[in-house]
Amino acid sequence: MALYVVQFLTGLANASSLFLAACGLSVIFGVTRIVNFAHGAFYMLGAYVAYSLTQRLEGGLGFWAGILVAAAVVALVGALLEMSLLRRIYRAPELFQLLATFGVTLMVEDLVHLIWGPQDLVGPRAPGLDGAVTVLGLPVPTYDLLLIVLGPLVLGALWLLMHRTRWGVLVRAATEDRDMVAALGVNQKWLFTGVFTLGIFLAAFGGALQIPRTAVTHQMDLSIIAEVFVVVVIGGLGSITGAFLAAVLIAELNAFGILVLPGISLVLMFLVMAVVLVIRPWGFLGKPIQTGVKTIGEATRPWRPWSPATSVLVAAAILLAALMPLLLGSYGLSVGAQILIAVVFAVSLQFQMSTGGLDSFGHAAYFGLGAYGAALAVEWSGLPMEAALLVGPLAGLAGALVFGWFCVRLSGVYFAMLTLAFAQITWSVAFQWVEVTGGDNGILGVWPSDWASSPAAFYWLTLAVAVVCVLVLRHLVFSPFGYRLRAVRDSTVRAEAIGISRQRTQYVAFAVSGTAAGLAGALFAFLKGSIFPDVLSIPTSIDALVMVLLGGVATVSGSVVGAIVYTMASIWLMSATDLSRLVLGAVIVFLVVAFPQGIVGSLAGLVAGPLERWRRPAGAARPVALPAEGRQ
Amino acid sequence: MTNALLEVEHLSKSYGGVHAVEDVSFRLFAGEMLALIGPNGAGKSTCFNMVGGQIPVGAGRIRITGRDTIGLSPRQIFRLGVGRTFQVAQVFKSMTVRENVETVFASRDGGLGFLGRAGSAHRTAAEEVLALTGMAEFAKRPCADMAYGDVKRLELAMALANDPKLLLMDEPAAGMAPLERVELMALTARIARERQIGVLFTEHDMDVVFAHADRMMVLNRGRLIAEGAPETVRRDPQVRAVYLGEGLVYDQAAAARRADA
Repeated sequence: MALYVVQFLTGLANASSLFLAACGLSVIFGVTRIVNFAHGAFYMLGAYVAYSLTQRLEGGLGFWAGILVAAAVVALVGALLEMSLLRRIYRAPELFQLLATFGVTLMVEDLVHLIWGPQDLVGPRAPGLDGAVTVLGLPVPTYDLLLIVLGPLVLGALWLLMHRTRWGVLVRAATEDRDMVAALGVNQKWLFTGVFTLGIFLAAFGGALQIPRTAVTHQMDLSIIAEVFVVVVIGGLGSITGAFLAAVLIAELNAFGILVLPGISLVLMFLVMAVVLVIRPWGFLGKPIQTGVKTIGEATRPWRPWSPATSVLVAAAILLAALMPLLLGSYGLSVGAQILIAVVFAVSLQFQMSTGGLDSFGHAAYFGLGAYGAALAVEWSGLPMEAALLVGPLAGLAGALVFGWFCVRLSGVYFAMLTLAFAQITWSVAFQWVEVTGGDNGILGVWPSDWASSPAAFYWLTLAVAVVCVLVLRHLVFSPFGYRLRAVRDSTVRAEAIGISRQRTQYVAFAVSGTAAGLAGALFAFLKGSIFPDVLSIPTSIDALVMVLLGGVATVSGSVVGAIVYTMASIWLMSATDLSRLVLGAVIVFLVVAFPQGIVGSLAGLVAGPLERWRRPAGAARPVALPAEGRQ
Repeated sequence: MTNALLEVEHLSKSYGGVHAVEDVSFRLFAGEMLALIGPNGAGKSTCFNMVGGQIPVGAGRIRITGRDTIGLSPRQIFRLGVGRTFQVAQVFKSMTVRENVETVFASRDGGLGFLGRAGSAHRTAAEEVLALTGMAEFAKRPCADMAYGDVKRLELAMALANDPKLLLMDEPAAGMAPLERVELMALTARIARERQIGVLFTEHDMDVVFAHADRMMVLNRGRLIAEGAPETVRRDPQVRAVYLGEGLVYDQAAAARRADA
C-alpha cells in the first residue's frame, strides 16, 4: 500500500513538470495554430542554462534566481525566433510549420553540443529541499513535494492571467476566433509574440526545474516532446486545464505502468492516446479545429501521365542508372543503393501526402517494421533474402493496417501527431523488447543471398525495386483509386456526395504507402547487414518528409529527385562536418521559408508561369463559358 | 399517390433548443421542379442536408423512391440515384473539368480500383455529360482556372453523371451573374423534363423561381407556411408578410408622425 502511495506522489511530481512543458505548447497552438516541435528543444535549453547559472550563483536565493533567469533568457531567445522565423510561416501548411520547428530543434541540439559539450551534466540539489519526507514509512524527496504543489499553482496563475487581465482575455478571444480579434484592431503580431514567449518561458521553466532531479542530457528534447504531444493531444489542443488533466493521467500511467508492466510502459502512454482520440477526436477539453489553411489540392495543377517524350527521358535516366556499376566502385554502388532505397521510401510517403493529402509525421514506423520484419525473418526462421524481402513489406502493411485504422479517423494536425505517436510506439517496442529485437544492440548478420551479394548485383536489385515502385505508385495516381483519393483530398463533402468513402479510401492509401515503405526498410536491412532502433526514430520520419518537400508536395513523383539530392547531400555533410545537424536544420528552415512548394514544385511554377503566358497570347484571359444564345 | 420520388414526412431538426426545421412534409414527383424558398435562416439548407444525408435527421421520415433513407450516409443516398449541388460549389480543384466528371464514374467502379486508367475508361461518358451541360469546350481546362458560374455548371454536370432520379440543388445560381442564372436554370429544367428527373431546389432569385418551378414551398422559421402553384403562393398573404414584412415598423412610424402633427 505504502509503495502505491509513494508511486502516486512521484507520478504527481512528474505530472507537474510535464504540465509545465505541455501547457506552453497548448497555449501557443491555441493562438498561433502552430504545433511547435521546438518546444522540447527549449525545455532542454532551459535545463542547460539553469545548470550553468546555478553553478555560478550560490545559496537558496541564487538557485531559484538561476532557475527563473534561465527561463527568462530562453523565453527571450524564443521571442527572437518567433519574430524572425515563425512570423513568416503562420500562413503556411501545418506540415511546413512542424518541419521548420523541427529544423530549429536540430540546430539547438548541435548548439548545445558545442556550448556544453557531449557529456551528461548533473546539476545541484535545491538548497534546503535536498532531503526526504517519510510518508507511510517510505521516503519521498522534499523537492517532489514542492513540484506537486507547483503544478496546481502554475495552473491557478495561468487561470488568473487568462481570466483577470486584458491580455488574457485577448488570448482567449484569439483562441476562439483570431480573425475577429484582428478585426477589432488588436495588434496580432505582438499578441502572437507575447503568447509564444510565455509558452517558451513555461517550457524552459519546466526544464530548469528538472536539474535537481535528473541529469541534463542531449536526449531531453525528443524524449519530452513525444510525451508533451501525447499530453496536449489527450488534453485537447489549446486547453490549459485539459493539459493539466492529461499530464496527471499520463504521469500516473507511467508511474504505475512501470510497476505492473515494466516491459511495455512506453507503449501504454501511446495506447491511451490512441483510444482517447478515437473516442474524443479533439481530446478532453479541446474543440474541433478550423485551421483555414489551404489544402495541398488547391495548390496543385492537374497531373498528367508522362507524355511519350517524358517517357523516353525517364527510360534514358533508368538506363543511365543501370550503367552505374561500370563507372562506380563498391563504395559508390553502396551509396547508389542507399539512394535508391531512399527513393522508394520517399515515393511511398509522397503517395500518401501528395495524392492522399495525409501528412504523416511517423513514416519511419513502416520503414522500420519492414526492416525489422526482414531481419527477424532471417534471424528466426532462417529465411533467404528473397522471402525476407516479401516479409518486410507485409510487416509494413500489417503495421499500416493497424495504425491506419486509428489515424484515418482524424485529420490535419491531429493526424500528424497520431502518426508520430504510433512511430514512437514502434520505436519503444524495438528499444524495450530486448529478447526479440535485441534492443539497443540491434540485429546483426542480415546478409543478402549469394547472387545479390556483390555491390553491383545488390545495386541492380534496388534499382529494379525502385523503378517498379515508382511506376506502380504513379500508375495508382491515375487509376480509378487515385481519382477517388484525390477527390477526397480536394473536397471531402463532394467526394462523399458522389459515393466515395473518405475513410475507406484513405485507409487503403495508408496501407499502400506502408507496404512500399516496408519494402524500402527490408532492402535497407540487407544493405546495412544489421538493423537498430534508430531506423524507427523521429529523424527517419523527418528524412522522408524533407525528401518529399524538396521534390515538391504538389508533384506526383518529384520526391525521386528530392531523395537523390537529399541522400547525397546528407552523406556528404556527414563526412564534411561534425555539425551536420546544425547545417541540416538550417537547410530545412531555409527550404520551408524560401520554397513553400518544394524545389521541383517551385521551379516548375517559375517555369510554367512564363511558359503559359507565352503559349497563350495576350488577351486570352481566364476562360469563361459564354454560350452563344442569349448574349449580345 | 404513393409513387412519389421523394416523400418527406414530419421532418424536424433542432440545434440546442432552436428549431431549425419543424414538422415539414412534402412530396416530389418525377419530372417535377419543386422550389423551396424562404428568408435567410428559414431552414432551407438544413432541410436539404437532411435529405442529402449530410446532416442526421432529427425526427420524421424521408423516403426516396420508396426507400427509407434515415441513417443512410451521403454515399448510400447517392447510390439510390440522388445527385446534388452545394450552396458553395464543391469540386475537385486540382483536376481538369473532365477529370472531375470522370471521378464520378470512377466512384461507381467496384473494388479497389487499382487497375486501369480512370481517364481513358470513362472519357466518352464524361464528354457526353459535359456536352449536355454545354461544357464540352472546357473539358481540358484546370478547374482552378474556371469562373465561378462555370464551376456551378460543372457541379450540375457531376450531379447528372450519376444518371440521377432526384436532383438536390442548394442555391444553384448563387454567386452567378443574372443572365447565367437564368440559363443555368433553363438548362436544368430542360434536362429534368427530358429525363424525368425530380428537382428540389432553393433559390433567392424570384425571377428564376417563377420562371421554372412547377410548384413551390415557402419555409419560414423552420415551418412550411405555404405550398402550391407559383401563382397561388405569390398571392398568399402570409408569404407576402414574410417577404415584404408586416409593415409594423412603418405603421408605428406613421402613427408617431400623426401624433406629432
